[in-house]
Amino acid sequence: MLSEQAKQEILASLKKYHDKRSAVMDAVRIAQKENGGHVVKRDMEEIAEILEMQPVEVNAAAAFYTMYRIDKPVGRHHIQVCRNISCSLMGAEHIIKHLERSLGIKTGETTTDHRITLSTVECLGSCGTAPMMQVNDEYYENLTEAKIDELLKKMA
Amino acid sequence: MEKVLLKNLGKPGSHTLANYVASGGYKAFSTALKMKPDNIIQMVKDSGLRGRGGAGFSTGLKWSFIPKDPTLQKYLCCNADEGEPGTFKDRGIIDHDPHLLIEGMAISCYAIGASKSYIYIRGEFVFGAERLQEAIDEAYANGYLGKNIQGSGFDLDMYVHRGFGAYICGEETALLESIEGYRAQPRKKPPFPALAGLYGKPTVINNVETLSCIPAIVEKGPEWFSKMGPVKSPGPKIYCVSGHVKKPGLYELPMGTTARDIIYNHCGGMLRDGKPLKAFIPGGVSAPLLMPADLDTPLDFDSLAAKGTMLGSGAVIVMDTSTCMVKTAYIINRFFSHESCGKCTPCRDGTPWLTRILKRIEHGEGRPGDLELLDGVCDNIFGRTFCPLGDGAVMALRGALKNFREEFQYHIDHKRCMVS
Repeated sequence: MLSEQAKQEILASLKKYHDKRSAVMDAVRIAQKENGGHVVKRDMEEIAEILEMQPVEVNAAAAFYTMYRIDKPVGRHHIQVCRNISCSLMGAEHIIKHLERSLGIKTGETTTDHRITLSTVECLGSCGTAPMMQVNDEYYENLTEAKIDELLKKMA
Repeated sequence: MEKVLLKNLGKPGSHTLANYVASGGYKAFSTALKMKPDNIIQMVKDSGLRGRGGAGFSTGLKWSFIPKDPTLQKYLCCNADEGEPGTFKDRGIIDHDPHLLIEGMAISCYAIGASKSYIYIRGEFVFGAERLQEAIDEAYANGYLGKNIQGSGFDLDMYVHRGFGAYICGEETALLESIEGYRAQPRKKPPFPALAGLYGKPTVINNVETLSCIPAIVEKGPEWFSKMGPVKSPGPKIYCVSGHVKKPGLYELPMGTTARDIIYNHCGGMLRDGKPLKAFIPGGVSAPLLMPADLDTPLDFDSLAAKGTMLGSGAVIVMDTSTCMVKTAYIINRFFSHESCGKCTPCRDGTPWLTRILKRIEHGEGRPGDLELLDGVCDNIFGRTFCPLGDGAVMALRGALKNFREEFQYHIDHKRCMVS
């Protein structure tokens, strides 16, 4: 169930647009954030009702964009390592292997305590400070093994 | 060179309205509001400004296609979906100087008669989206946005629309589909967005860097702008340099600066001693790579087109001799197949096919005839797709195959890399 606050945020988003449907991206993002990083069918049905769309249309729109995680839960910290060209030239594979070793999981997996999910992603637009990764909303740049070790210690 | 686009980068508090106004900000907007909109369009045409998103189309000319009918709702959409690998310039402007973009958009909206505008920012730029929203709120509170701006009778609303992970949204009609709440698949053109764009209304879509040039053109005049850099593609350009150089980063330089000057002078040279330049990509991964012999090519629209490549977004990716070109081609192609929107068959099925072939060559499982197969699949994608994504994938791969064919062949014949 969407909270009252989430509903208010969605209603505020509606004011930006000529068509209610345009708010679907904001709405699913709000629902995903509230739900701890992934979006569930029930919330999309509620969104459909608010935006006067069919649930299948909300799902079709959301499924297109890679950052919506439909029924795919993530850990409290979602580490997304860039694997595109500039980061690869500067050692992204090394960074990914180091994370896999340190966390004891493979890319795409979540630690058994649901603390950390490790993913690889395409270019995040931070190529001058490669290699880099994003953890939830934050960017971490010019990565080294030492920097990663430091960061992992802080991830409760 | 006096900086225009990155002048406030690194100054503390550069993102606030107070500091922006203190350094002369929003003066150009006040000047513009006293001008006739058509005169501003003419000024931008005269300046020679060409779109910095990659296509290099005349900005003034694009604006002039918008119908003059005052009863029609018109829109301006700022393309801040910055996704071409190697590119991070728009983020630099948004994070450090959001009011420069807002002022550029406000002047542009006044010129084309748009009363509503959207900034389409990629979903991962959470900091940027929040920064823009704060700046927009400040602009409303201080009378630079909203109703009857500075008593001119001009109304303008500005909104942030956040993407959520789709490279294709950088294609202008896919961006419009995305704002309308659909899957971001490109539209058939014509009709062009200038006649039927967002919600079917006349719409201009411009890149962040393009719009950020506008205040300086109004303030200093089109002649000042047109005298910077080459005659046919003048103005300042932000080069995004990444890869094997000592000082990667954003460099605002006159359009047409050579790769040699950028790599060896501004960026302090190659990263590692004894590892000289092998190749460089001049304009993001869609642009075919260039060789050390091309270092003196001016990086502008026409000089690069003459070399069979493109300026694109101005992302210079530098590779030294430790770089495996098969792996590079695989990574770049994997990106395109990942981002193919699925609308048309040559791209949807062709790019993953290329990726599968490149993957097996990279992993020592290449088969005789694989290079000819790659050529053939490229031929069946290029020029046969709805939008330039498929073409970009092919151009990048063809560039690598043309210059490094023996390296690909070595991988197939010896089941291992020539370089590492």
